[in-house]
Amino acid sequence: MAYSEKVLDHYENPRNVGTIDEDESVGTGMVGAPACGDVMRLQIKVGNDGIIEDAKFKTYGCGSAIASSSLVTEWIKGKSLDDAEQINNMAIAEELALPPVKIHCSVLAEDAIKAAIKDYKSKQSA
Amino acid sequence: MTNNPIYLDYSATTPVDKRVAEVMCQYLTYEGVFGNPASRSHKYGWDAEKAVEVARQNVADLINADPREIVWTSGATESDNLAIKGVAHFYHKKGKHIVTSKTEHKAVLDSCRQLEREGFEVTYLDPQDDGLVSLESIENAIREDTILVSIMHVNNEIGVIQDIAAIGELCRSRKIVFHVDAAQSAGKVAIDMQQMKVDLLSLSAHKIYGPKGIGALYVRRKPRIRLEAQMHGGGHERGMRSGTLATHQIVGMGEAFLIARQEMEEELKRIHDLREYFLDGIKDMEEVYINGSLENRVPHNLNISFNYVEGESLLMAIDDLAVSSGSACTSASLEPSYVLRALGRSDELAHSSIRFSIGRFTTRADIDHALELLHVKIQKLRDLSPLWDMYKAGIDLSTIEWSAH
Repeated sequence: MAYSEKVLDHYENPRNVGTIDEDESVGTGMVGAPACGDVMRLQIKVGNDGIIEDAKFKTYGCGSAIASSSLVTEWIKGKSLDDAEQINNMAIAEELALPPVKIHCSVLAEDAIKAAIKDYKSKQSA
Repeated sequence: MTNNPIYLDYSATTPVDKRVAEVMCQYLTYEGVFGNPASRSHKYGWDAEKAVEVARQNVADLINADPREIVWTSGATESDNLAIKGVAHFYHKKGKHIVTSKTEHKAVLDSCRQLEREGFEVTYLDPQDDGLVSLESIENAIREDTILVSIMHVNNEIGVIQDIAAIGELCRSRKIVFHVDAAQSAGKVAIDMQQMKVDLLSLSAHKIYGPKGIGALYVRRKPRIRLEAQMHGGGHERGMRSGTLATHQIVGMGEAFLIARQEMEEELKRIHDLREYFLDGIKDMEEVYINGSLENRVPHNLNISFNYVEGESLLMAIDDLAVSSGSACTSASLEPSYVLRALGRSDELAHSSIRFSIGRFTTRADIDHALELLHVKIQKLRDLSPLWDMYKAGIDLSTIEWSAH
């Protein structure tokens, strides 16, 4: 399969790989399943002003899945939760020029953002 | 050619041996032997026929068969189709039940599926964890109306060697036709048709340094096995497979089989040593699983799962190596290998598998390069993998409720 240059770039040099220690300012989203061949874990650290200060990911999956998660960590850093929640998969797929068989990778990345935000919000309301 | 990746996909296909290519070139042009082997009225035809018969002898010799038992086809896929459908269509009045295994090549499985649509019944046996089908399971599956058992000799994905001699004894005692797909075993494992009670045997040229587009089906004469032709026409190959014989391809297959017979012993030893060297080089890595039996296996094949690393991303990381992930024939799809799943491997281990297959032109330096690359890239991908994190934290992944998508 031929990958776009952007996918290759994110795959070769993934941004924001890692883990953020859990506390109430951190939201963690884990989506996908090993049986399906991809699992993404996306973490956000949210400041008092509701702005995402930091984002980290780890992904088990194909090159497109790794690139999609790497890209969204770049995109959501510095964004408000509301703005981050607006990111949809088509924008990710377009930016990375994902072929049709890899669209599900971008869907997973969108789901990961939403799951991380949901986790953060549930901690706030707890 | 310096920028080409290292070829470690010999189970997918092999390059044509230069000695084979040279011989083939003599059977194409006006200056060479270009005649139609079926032309009985002139020297052009006689010369071509003679070359075809020498090749037939060479193919027969590798498996210790009579040359009259060799039928040329376009490859092992056609041989499988001819054997399975040909037997079913000829013997259907005796019964309509067929026994095969879930890890067969698609050419066998899809031929059986077609026969199911025509009203035949097929039992697809599960292999054991080591990838081999037990004799007992075949025995238990055989019924009064079973007319055919089809079991491959060496599996294309995991390289395990089935004991076809034992299955042959069983089938003969029950008067059931026994077909073996030997595309991956000819030239790698000794085959003796005088000893083995195999009735039909599919052969391919391009897996053993011959050209693509040519194969053969061995059809036993004693006891005589009958087939209904699938390709009709001029009645070539004793009516079993019509179509003008591709002299240059046939000569190439014959030469490849001749070289295999002469060099097999030495080559097997060399490839075995390379395989051991490869295995030795990965033994320091954690969570690495060899798929299929290591004991009953051709040395050419290593199918390895690197747990917590997804196969496609690994392929991308080791793009300096030409290898296959999952099943070579289905690597365009995202499904994990059906062979590994049939072995009872978890989906994630099936997703993490790479098939390395080594051959005539593989060197120790190639293996060194592969080992170095694997060590670096697998660590990199595991550092990226949330599953690796969880494994390291002692979390049992099977206890987690995943959101399937």
